[in-house]
Amino acid sequence: MDKAPLTVEVEDLVKTFGDFVAVDHIRFQVGRGEIFGFLGPNGAGKSTTIRMLCGLLMPTFGKGRVAGFDLMEEPEKIKGAIGYMSQKFSLYDDLTVLENLRFFGGIYGLSGAFQRQREEQVLGKVGLGELRDRITRALAVGWKQRLALGCSILHEPSILFLDEPTSGVDPISRRNFWVLIQGMAERGVTIFVTTHYMDEAEYCSRLALIYQGKIIALGTPSELKLKTLSQGVLEVECRPLIPALDLLKKEPWVLESAVFGGGLHVIGKEGIRVEEEVSRFFQGKEIVIDRMGLIRPSLEDVFVSLIDKEEGQ
Amino acid sequence: MRLSRCWAIARKEFFHIFRDPRSLALVILMPALLMLLFGYAVTLDVRRVSMVVLDRDHTQESLSFIQRFSASPYFNLRFVAQDEKKVKQLIDEGSVKMGLIIPWNFSKTVTSGKKVAVQVLLDGTDSNTANIVLSYVQAIGRQYTQEQTFTKVERMGLQRANLPVEGRTRVWFNEELESKNYFIPGLVAVIMSIIGVLLTGQVIVREWERGTMELLISTPVRKGELIIGKLFPYFFLSLLDLTLALLMAKWLFDVPLRGSITLLFLLSSLYILVALALGMIISTVAKTQLLANQMAMIIGFLPTFLLSGFTFSISNMPDWLQVMTYAIAPRYYVTILKEIFLKGAGFSFLWFETLTLVGFMVAGFWVATRSFKKELR
Repeated sequence: MDKAPLTVEVEDLVKTFGDFVAVDHIRFQVGRGEIFGFLGPNGAGKSTTIRMLCGLLMPTFGKGRVAGFDLMEEPEKIKGAIGYMSQKFSLYDDLTVLENLRFFGGIYGLSGAFQRQREEQVLGKVGLGELRDRITRALAVGWKQRLALGCSILHEPSILFLDEPTSGVDPISRRNFWVLIQGMAERGVTIFVTTHYMDEAEYCSRLALIYQGKIIALGTPSELKLKTLSQGVLEVECRPLIPALDLLKKEPWVLESAVFGGGLHVIGKEGIRVEEEVSRFFQGKEIVIDRMGLIRPSLEDVFVSLIDKEEGQ
Repeated sequence: MRLSRCWAIARKEFFHIFRDPRSLALVILMPALLMLLFGYAVTLDVRRVSMVVLDRDHTQESLSFIQRFSASPYFNLRFVAQDEKKVKQLIDEGSVKMGLIIPWNFSKTVTSGKKVAVQVLLDGTDSNTANIVLSYVQAIGRQYTQEQTFTKVERMGLQRANLPVEGRTRVWFNEELESKNYFIPGLVAVIMSIIGVLLTGQVIVREWERGTMELLISTPVRKGELIIGKLFPYFFLSLLDLTLALLMAKWLFDVPLRGSITLLFLLSSLYILVALALGMIISTVAKTQLLANQMAMIIGFLPTFLLSGFTFSISNMPDWLQVMTYAIAPRYYVTILKEIFLKGAGFSFLWFETLTLVGFMVAGFWVATRSFKKELR
C-alpha cells in the first residue's frame, strides 16, 4: 500500500470533449486520510474529474498520480488500488446482495477463506447482513448505495472515490452513510467525494469548489467561509419579504442578497458596514425590520457568492 | 490472466442466464424451431406433382400410358378434363402444375409403330420445379417407348433385343438423392451461426446499456479475462443447442451420421468459438442491444445461408463470389458437417478446414479484445 502522505495529486489536468472544455487546468492535492470534497453544480466537471482519476477517462492533458501510480501511464494499476462508486447505481440488479459482493471480490482477486471473511466484515459494516440473499432489484435506494459502497471497499482500497454517493437517498440514510465514510477516513482511508449537497460539504476536511471546469476555491470549510465572506452575512427578518429583496438587489453596495428560510441573507461589498446600511436603507420605505443580526456564513452563502463573483468577471 | 477472475465473470453470467427464463427458453427453443422450419420447408424434392389429363383417345393403350403417371409417386392425377379449355383453366388457376393431352390417334399410331406426340403443358413460374417435372415426363415417355419396341420385337418372334450400352448409375453418399440429407447438415451450421452470434452479441453492449460497465471497467479486470469469462457460459449453451440440433437431425430427419460423433463435436466446438467471437466483436461495436441483435441476425445468418454452400452450391457461383466464400467461416463448417455426416470423413480429410477455423477463431478473439475499450465511451 502507498504510504506517501499525498494520495492524489494532479497538475494542469484538462479534459475536452470536442470543443467543450469539461475540466480546465485543475490542480490540487489530497492527503492521506482526508475527506476531500469536490463541490459544484451539475455539469461543472465533477464526474469527469473523478472518472479521470479512476482511470475511466483518459485526460486530454496534464499530469497526476493516484495511489502512487501515474495517471497517464498506469491507469490499470490505479484501478487495483482504489475503490469507486459511480453516480448511477451500477451493480447487477438480478443478483443477490451476496452474489454482487462475491462477484466484485472475485474481480479484485480475493479468494478462499479471506474472501469469505471480507464478505462478512463488509456485510456487517454496511449493515446488509440480514439482506444478503435479497435480490438487489428489491432493495430500497439507501440500501443499494450501501451495497455499492460495500462492493467498492471489499479489497480494502487506500483511496475511495465516491461520485455523488447520496443522490436520491433519504436524509437518515444519508446521515448513516456519512458516519460510515467518516469512520473509514479515521482509519486512514482517503475519501474523494463529489456532491452538490451543501450540508454534506460540511463533513469534508477539505473542499474544492468547481465551476465550469475550473477550481474557483480550495480549502477547509472554515477557511473558505473566512476567506470568502470575512465581512459576514446579515440575516434580516422583515416584512414584506419580496419587495425588500427587490429593493436591495438594486443597491450598489449589496454584493449578494437572497431569501433564506423566513428572512433574507444580505452580504455587503468589501468595507461596507452592512447592518447600518440596511437599517438606514429600509427607513422611510414601507418595510418593517423584525430582527436583524450578523451570522456565520453557511457554505451555501460562500458557494453562491463565489459563483456570482465568477460570473461577474 | 487470472482464472479466478474469469470464473467470477462466468458465474455471474450464469446467474444472468438462469434468472431470465424467457431468454433461456429462447436459447433452447430457437434451434428446435429453426430445425423444424427449415428441415420441413427447405426441400428441393419434387413429389406428387398435381396434374390434369385430357384423353382424346380413350383406348387401352392411352389408359395404360396415363397409368404410368398416376401410379408414379412423382405425380398426382387430380383432374380428368373433357376439353382443352378446362386444361388451360386449371393451369391458369394454379390448381395443377402440369397438363397432359393425349391425341385421338394415340393408340392407332403406336400400334402401327409410328411416332406419336403427346402434349405436355407445364407451369413454368417455378422454373426449377418445371425442369424436374419435365425430366420425369421424358423418362416416362422413354420407358414407354422402349417397352413398346420390345413388345413389337417379341411379337415378330425374335429374341428380346439387348441394348448395346446401359448406364447403371449408383449414387454415393446420398443414395436416394434426398435433398434433406444434403440440407440438414448444412442447417446445423446455419443454426449454430445464428445462435452463437446472437448469444454473445448481447454480452458487452448489455453492460453498457444497463450502466454496469462503468463499475466493471473501474476494476483491475483485464479485457481478456472479461471476454473469456463471458464466453464460457455461452459456449456451454451453444453445445446444448448443438446436441439438440444433432439429435433432431439424426432421429427426426433420419439423416445418416456416418462419421465419428467425437470428431463432429470437437470441430463443432471450434466453430462455435468462431461464432461466439464474431458475436463478441459485434457486442463491442454496437451501441444498443437492439442494434446488436439486428447485426447478429444479418451477419450470423446471411453469409451462412447464401455463401456457405448450404443452399447454393459454391461451384455454381460466379468466380468473384466463389473467392468471397473463402473469407467466411461457415463455408468450412458446412463442408465439415457434410463430410462427417454423409461421407463419414475422418480428420485426415478435414485438417485444412480445421486449421482455417482455428485461424478464424484466433483472429476473432484478437479483434474482439482490440475493439473492446476499457474506457468510458
